[in-house]
Amino acid sequence: MLAFILRRLAQSLLALFVMSALVFVGVYAIGNPVDILINPQADQEEIARVTAALGLDKPVWVQYWSFLSAAFTGDLGKSFASNIPAVQLILQRMPATVELALVAMIIAIVIGLPLGLWAGLKPDSFAAKSIMAGSILGFSLPTFWVGLMLIMIFSVWLGWLPSTGRGDTIEVLGLHLSVFTWDGLKHLLMPATNLALFKLSLLIRLTRAGTREAMVQDYVRFARAKGVPEKRVVSVHVLKNILIPIVTVVGLEFGSLIAFAIITESVFAWPGMGKLLIDSINVLDRPVIVAYLMIIVFLFILINLAVDILYTALDPRVRVSGARA
Amino acid sequence: MSHSITPALPASSPFREFAGGYARSRVAVAALVMLLLILAIAICAPLISPQNPYDLAQLDIMDSKLAPGAKSSAGWTFVLGTDDQGRDMLSAIFHGLRISLGVGVFSTVVALAIGIVAGLIAAYVGGWTDAIIMRVVDLQLSFPAILIALILLAILGQGVDKIVVALITVQWAYYARTVRGAALVEKRKEYVDAAMCLGYSSVRIVLRHIMPNVLPPLIVVATVQVAHAIALEATLSFLGLGMPITSPSLGLLISNGFTHLLSGKYWISFFPGLALLVTIVAINLVGDQLRDVLNPRLK
Repeated sequence: MLAFILRRLAQSLLALFVMSALVFVGVYAIGNPVDILINPQADQEEIARVTAALGLDKPVWVQYWSFLSAAFTGDLGKSFASNIPAVQLILQRMPATVELALVAMIIAIVIGLPLGLWAGLKPDSFAAKSIMAGSILGFSLPTFWVGLMLIMIFSVWLGWLPSTGRGDTIEVLGLHLSVFTWDGLKHLLMPATNLALFKLSLLIRLTRAGTREAMVQDYVRFARAKGVPEKRVVSVHVLKNILIPIVTVVGLEFGSLIAFAIITESVFAWPGMGKLLIDSINVLDRPVIVAYLMIIVFLFILINLAVDILYTALDPRVRVSGARA
Repeated sequence: MSHSITPALPASSPFREFAGGYARSRVAVAALVMLLLILAIAICAPLISPQNPYDLAQLDIMDSKLAPGAKSSAGWTFVLGTDDQGRDMLSAIFHGLRISLGVGVFSTVVALAIGIVAGLIAAYVGGWTDAIIMRVVDLQLSFPAILIALILLAILGQGVDKIVVALITVQWAYYARTVRGAALVEKRKEYVDAAMCLGYSSVRIVLRHIMPNVLPPLIVVATVQVAHAIALEATLSFLGLGMPITSPSLGLLISNGFTHLLSGKYWISFFPGLALLVTIVAINLVGDQLRDVLNPRLK
């Protein structure tokens, strides 16, 4: 078990190393940051001075090393556009993104679980077939397109919901949040639904498959034979058993929700870190791009590692094959 | 029916069996017809468009932002309206379909080829080569496609070639993993041993014996992947990171119309979006039916 965790940890570190090198070489080594940083009328001496100050005259691997060691202390450079440390800029925007992703996940669970259960319990009913057809649509429609349609219907035609921004926020434990104000909720509803759609479809399928599998198991037959009411069989016996894989997937998918939030935030002008990334790419604000990518890569590797270790702790079969591999 | 006994079917060819299996779903047949129509439109776009949307001499700024069905200053009708430069949306959509489909199909085919080669090498050579290829695949598949594509485009910048590179990079790993899995299964079968005993070279065994057995399920996967590639390209173009303004795909058309959506001029965004939707759904339905028909376990 310990050996597995250690090896997995080493793999994660290697992955982080490779991705950081890729991002660094890609964003810094291609193109010359000096051209962007200094006045075009500067003379040779000035250019040499800035190049030396930025460490750009050193070999690439030395530059990468200083970038890495600075990154470990949380220093990923200052934004060209606003002269604020890039990490700080991203951390300021992070609560908005996490709030959006969390609400989306809650929507996906609250709607997806009952629909999936229904589709699994009555697979041949018309309702179940409609639910499954809907989930195929949810999988294949591009997120941004659905967001656009939502804006067209609910903002432009019906005028019910605002299409941009976060609305009123209030400070909770030092974070500005929209969920607790009426105006904020109205702003949150559409983007969160948009972001939830893909995960909703995924949850419906997972729950349906799990339910169909569980309903023919011996423990369900036994519970029924014992005279347990059908309602309780489903809500306690079946649900408890299908929840384990679902919880794993929900955990794993949280990272991808944050990545997909880039699209939703751009459509609804939601001021999260995804929108910051797109804005930064458009004005070539390199430190912010690098900082965002490093933070999200780190987040992903962390989530994958945590899920793997949890899995090993929960499922002995993985542990055995992991030890042999 | 007057005949009570159905006559014995003639010895059916595999193709006829396949076509019969496919035609069992009416929705799938409709999707196939739709898809063929879309392909025809994309191929013939310059011939059937009412105007060349990128010839500035044909555009008239007086025609800008006209609603669907409005008359042009030259006297003919804009069936789907015009954009802010007075461009006929129907023509723009025809050309956009051509670009979107072209990029989607091309990148999928190249990714498929790279994936097949990498997967076959990994499976047949094994050892360190296998380990290295599969670690790269694992690393890449642990991140969402959109994120990988964004990293690449942030590094490479804009352009048709760049987006094609991004789409290929995003897809190849998936094929490589699938091919490797299938090839490992095939490698253990007797016909491969037989071929080895006959003294054929490794290259010949891999290309002539293993590959044909690995390929069919993969082509079905690739069909559906074209839809994913088109959707991803549209998304990236919508974010302003994909196609340059000189080759407006459907995603870019939608993006251009987005600013006018809020002022009620829905058609600039809506119709390209509809074209994108129909294309994606049609490809998905065709791919799903192909998979069901070709899947031996469902027979």
